[in-house]
Amino acid sequence: MNIIIVGDGKVGVALTEQLSQEGHDITVIDSNPKVLEQSIESYDVMVVHGNGASISVLKDAGVETADLLIAATSRDEINLLTCIVARKLGAKHTIARVRNPEYTEQLVLMREELGLSMTVNPEYAAAREIHHLLQFPSFLKRDSFARGRVEIVEVHVDEASSLAGIPLKRLYEIARVRVLVCAVERKGAVHIPDGGFTLQAGDNIYVTAEVRDLAKLIKNLGIVKQKVRNVMIVGGSRVAYYLAMRCLGAGIGVKIIEQDHDRCIELAGLLPEAVIIEADGTRQDILSAEGMAFTDAIITLTNIDEENIVIAMYAGHIGVPKVITKVNRTEYVNTFKRMGVDTFISPKALCCTDIVRYVRAMQNTTGGSVITLHRMVEGKAEALEFRASEATRHLGETLLDIHLKPGILIAGITHGARTVIPSGSDSFAAGDNIVVVAASGRPISDLNDIFAD
Amino acid sequence: MNTKMIARMLGVLFALEALFMMPAVAVCIVYGEMGAPMTGFLWTAALLALLSGGLMLIGRRATRDFYAREGFIIVALGWGLLSAAGALPFWLSGEIPHYVDAFFETVSGFTTTGASILTNVEAMSHGLLYWRSFTHWLGGMGMLVFLLAVVPTGQGAGYGIHLLRAESPGPTVGKIVPRMRQTASLLYKIYIVLTLICIGFLLAGGMPLFDSLCTAFGTAGTGGFGVKNDSIAGYSPYLQNVCTVFMALFGVNFSIYFLLLLREWRAALFDEELLLYLGVMLGAMFVIAVDVRPLFSGFGEAFHHASFTVSSVMTTTGFATADFNVWPQLSRSILCILMVIGASAGSTGGGVKVARILLLVKGLAVEVRRMLRPRSVNVVRVNRRVVRDEVLHSVNVYMAAYCAIAVTSFLLISLDDFSMETNITAVMACLNNIGPGLDLVGPTGNYAMFSPFAKLVLSMDMLLGRLEIFPILVLFSRHTWNRTR
Repeated sequence: MNIIIVGDGKVGVALTEQLSQEGHDITVIDSNPKVLEQSIESYDVMVVHGNGASISVLKDAGVETADLLIAATSRDEINLLTCIVARKLGAKHTIARVRNPEYTEQLVLMREELGLSMTVNPEYAAAREIHHLLQFPSFLKRDSFARGRVEIVEVHVDEASSLAGIPLKRLYEIARVRVLVCAVERKGAVHIPDGGFTLQAGDNIYVTAEVRDLAKLIKNLGIVKQKVRNVMIVGGSRVAYYLAMRCLGAGIGVKIIEQDHDRCIELAGLLPEAVIIEADGTRQDILSAEGMAFTDAIITLTNIDEENIVIAMYAGHIGVPKVITKVNRTEYVNTFKRMGVDTFISPKALCCTDIVRYVRAMQNTTGGSVITLHRMVEGKAEALEFRASEATRHLGETLLDIHLKPGILIAGITHGARTVIPSGSDSFAAGDNIVVVAASGRPISDLNDIFAD
Repeated sequence: MNTKMIARMLGVLFALEALFMMPAVAVCIVYGEMGAPMTGFLWTAALLALLSGGLMLIGRRATRDFYAREGFIIVALGWGLLSAAGALPFWLSGEIPHYVDAFFETVSGFTTTGASILTNVEAMSHGLLYWRSFTHWLGGMGMLVFLLAVVPTGQGAGYGIHLLRAESPGPTVGKIVPRMRQTASLLYKIYIVLTLICIGFLLAGGMPLFDSLCTAFGTAGTGGFGVKNDSIAGYSPYLQNVCTVFMALFGVNFSIYFLLLLREWRAALFDEELLLYLGVMLGAMFVIAVDVRPLFSGFGEAFHHASFTVSSVMTTTGFATADFNVWPQLSRSILCILMVIGASAGSTGGGVKVARILLLVKGLAVEVRRMLRPRSVNVVRVNRRVVRDEVLHSVNVYMAAYCAIAVTSFLLISLDDFSMETNITAVMACLNNIGPGLDLVGPTGNYAMFSPFAKLVLSMDMLLGRLEIFPILVLFSRHTWNRTR
């Protein structure tokens, strides 16, 4: 497809990389020639220099024949204007990044009246993700499928874990609920395992399970962590605001440490139930004074990655049960994981995932389309949810008889209200939702792509 | 530096060259030249295949790290080695006895120069003549662009741009569509279609098939190797006019044709470079036609020869219908200036390129304005777009390097003790990829009398001119070969 990306910032570059790899023809527009130069040297894309909201620049980029335009500049208003102009000039779909909380209420109106296909808000998505993690602090990451009935959770296998040294076919003896290990991250590489695969200490495993079994799973694996009742947030960014709203709504106490006086006043006005502290959250004495040692979770949301990581490392050292770190640059995440900071959130990557999911769904014509998509192990593997249709092959055959391509695994089947974590004797029918886990490198946009024949 | 990737790319290039020698073998078979010429090709192809296999074996586990440096090295090494290998059939067949001569002839072919050391072209076998002209066609658009068009270079990688930039002529090189492979194959499609049309027109004028193919290759690549001793002069005026028009067409920036395909008439026809190119060309044609009027029977004939010569020299082709060496001084001077200006950026022609001249002139005007009003802020605009300072800077640096190389080469070939005019125009004709110069290297002369050393210097000039200096300079920089950069 012809895709135009306006704004070559963090999200723009992440999208450029992902979408160009998936075989789309990308044109990038930005007003800064330096960043464009970098894009053209790193990716197989075309670049246009100029203001993406202006007709002449959009025409230069070939907007008339574009299937999709994604406006991801730093300014909401420019993004909206770009999308409106692009629609008028003939772009088939438009996606705008809109992240000012003041516009949240009018998002639906804007989508309908301005003809936007989708709006994305990276900070909101990040807050949603963090809150999701706080509900089960034992997991490093949670992704839900089938309207929240199936989850893929990330669990760390340490020395003391009962899982270390266990081949996967004996997993049920320990877990005692139907679960499936669908991906294993070992020393930075990702494996899609089979029954003979043996877990080792140091692995991060991705497990599919039904939501109602999650609590039991945690108990049986012996990784119970205390429920989060209060959180400390360092940095009063937009993510902090969205997160505080959600936490307060769920009855979790919130303390926000923010340095900027005006922002503190603003937050205090917006979040009357939260405790707002005006101080430098990178200082150890402040963190101790505000009771870091007694908080259930600490979430570092300053705008500087380095500060976030240092605070997170310190918090891990003190023994805070759950530490979540926001990073903008994801390249170094693996290095930090080895240093004990385990849960990372990247607004950019989340936003990118949302858009890629939309693009794959657009591309799909046979009906077996992607409903949800989650990237795991820093994008080295993907979990995708499809709806099987009449056009899907191998309907009604047992999984034992179906040969999948290497590096692909069926991790869950939802039939009506019933969800199964599949074994060899299960099968699927048209209308079922199927969760597929695949090592990336070969984008899957259709359910039929997973079969070997 | 990614040595493995460089090896792999060179391996692919060698394989392509071996493949491209096959049509020449077919020509040998058709004309019954089963002896020395054909075995020369077959031995060369076998050697290339062997080398290619070895290089690809070395580069089979190449990583994807690929930056500007690798692009420059592949282009510079690739062109040098392709020429060295392409010279083998001439040498092995014994039709050009000295290897340095064969190398000069092949470099001249690939760089679309058309400077020859052959004194009797018609004595050559058909297979070798075909290969000689075909190198023009390959060198015109570039072997690496062809490689980008046919070889899948892995999804998402942006490294094609480094190759395109290093090989394609012009101050700014960009893609015309988002995908490198599509850009390259579009360029080649336009190139092939135009060449076929050219062949069609030549055949329609009664030119034999073999001559049409070779002439069309020489025209398309703006090379200038003919298959007759008197270049194009022996053909009918109609055929000469076909050449005039097509030389001019191949000297146009190919992105103009792409815009025409998109029906963007205004953007295509009002392109400032195109207008300047056509303006200079038509102006020169008229002035020279008036100037040489006394030498011919009427203004019509004078204009016929003037237009052919201007088109041939400005696009840096180098075909000739008349000996312009004996023309009046004004005409000779104008032709010398046209040699330097050259064709458009993004065409198959050589020279400094009209786009650079345009930027130089506009940059000069801006600089003068700045001197008059030191506080004024001025920008250079081309096609209503602001040109970035880096581009202007690179054009200035290019001109400086260009002059330095011209002066050095002039000094080096002066060792051979020919006239100043011969030496200057020989360097100009090689550095700008034209072919014929004035005096001894004029349309009736050739380069055979130069010493082997001078021939190597001129070969280097041709490569420097075709690749626009920097890739070759990079090859000789100490920093290029320093592993830690």
